[in-house]
Amino acid sequence: MKLLRSPSRWDLSIGKWPDQVVRLVIIFGSGLIAAIALRQHFIPETFGELGHFRSIAIEINADHDPKYAGQQTCGECHESQAELKASSYHRLLSCENCHGPSAIHVAEAEAEGFPDTMPELPRSKQVCLNCHSYLRSRPTGFPQIIELMHNPAEPCIKCHDPHDPEPPEVPGACSGCHGQIARTKAISHHSALQCSTCHNAPVEHKQDPRSVAPSKPRERAFCGQCHSKDSQIDPSTLGVDIEAKQIPHIDLNDHGNNYQCWQCHYPHFPEGH
Amino acid sequence: MAKNLKRREFVRKCAEGTATVLLLSTCGPLPSTAEASEKSKAYSPKNHLYGMGIQVNKCIGCGSCVRACKIENDVPREPYFFRTWVERYLIDSDLEAHVDSPKGGYDSFPPLEEEEGGDILRSFFVPKLCNHCDKPPCVQVCPVGATFRTQEGVVLIDEGYCVGCRYCIQACPYGARYMHPEKHTADKCTFCYHRITKGLLPACVEICPTQARVFGELKSPNSPLHRMMRMTELQVLKPALNTEPKVLYSRLDGEVR
Repeated sequence: MKLLRSPSRWDLSIGKWPDQVVRLVIIFGSGLIAAIALRQHFIPETFGELGHFRSIAIEINADHDPKYAGQQTCGECHESQAELKASSYHRLLSCENCHGPSAIHVAEAEAEGFPDTMPELPRSKQVCLNCHSYLRSRPTGFPQIIELMHNPAEPCIKCHDPHDPEPPEVPGACSGCHGQIARTKAISHHSALQCSTCHNAPVEHKQDPRSVAPSKPRERAFCGQCHSKDSQIDPSTLGVDIEAKQIPHIDLNDHGNNYQCWQCHYPHFPEGH
Repeated sequence: MAKNLKRREFVRKCAEGTATVLLLSTCGPLPSTAEASEKSKAYSPKNHLYGMGIQVNKCIGCGSCVRACKIENDVPREPYFFRTWVERYLIDSDLEAHVDSPKGGYDSFPPLEEEEGGDILRSFFVPKLCNHCDKPPCVQVCPVGATFRTQEGVVLIDEGYCVGCRYCIQACPYGARYMHPEKHTADKCTFCYHRITKGLLPACVEICPTQARVFGELKSPNSPLHRMMRMTELQVLKPALNTEPKVLYSRLDGEVR
């Protein structure tokens, strides 16, 4: 009995607590201390500061040296090239796309005045062909060549300055993108007609070809303006140097029933079927 | 009666005390404010929310972004590991999509074979990368808290804490993560976090020759990304998954997954 009473010595500061409560407090208290100690030991530093992760990881991720210096940096020293490129077809092309990552080159130039590490000077055709070889998946209008048909033995830089790659012969307004149609029409009876005779292309079509489409004729009567037997049109107003009677004429009412003209006659090559 | 009250009060106080200690221990130490304010002078993550726009009709499939990303981020050169890659979509007359991505587009794309090109209605390139989801499934599944979303909205990996369990690689619906063969940790696009915090553009955006990739602030009306968002219709990949990606595609074909 005396032994069982002995823990009463511990409740010196907390008054007359029953033994069983004191024991419970000791057990739970030590468990709590152990839990806190284990937590301190197992959870790494900076964990939980900003969320369920080590916030030091943000600094680890940010602590790499960039390898690409950025287009602005190049122009600070290479003024003439930057100026030439800024007004050329390659104005959107970053210097380091062709010349390779140049952060070390820039850092050396800043530290020593003249850098030891030089950027790449690509001479091979493949560098140009990465962008300019013909792939049908490329957007319409992007300048593309078929390597075997475009001076296969010559390097690109013989004719084109990469900083100002103006082609020797610039394609015209519509044929720049619609080359195949332009080539077909050029050998057809419609060769003398302008594209704008039948199509009305808003200016926005050149900036955003896929969302703003040019107009297309929708009715038989449109073709009838020239080809109906009642047509009074003067070919010279369309810039065509022929007599009105040389235009093939049909009766719109009994020719081709209810079919649209372009279901049988391809307008860019009307003599074909 | 008075004794009873005291006991009741004692029990209540005990409970309160335990609860307070438990709460304090779960909250953890408070962040040191002095250190944080020093850094905020240069760059404050709170002021940014980054996103990337991809204009599909401008991508020429040259692979410059894939090469630049591998150089900038020391991604292994083997053609199985990509932080960003380019896919070629070919849609045939049955409206079935055929996708190929030889070496992730690293060496651009070979021309189509005759029989392949015969029955194609339309074809285009789609650059892909980590979508930096606002509700990232990869972060949810990480058992140790080694991947997380920063205040800028960028999803990062803690290399030193990742245990390499690959849960996140399986969880990512976009296939944007891979196992780094040397570090044996998960790896993925960080929006070039080391560049954007220094005020530079991500390497792929810097190098893109047609500005098919646009990078900037999602919230600031002055950013080029915001301009793109105003000018074009936008899609995200797999919107039904509700991951809320921050990589926005413009004029994306419905066949793209």
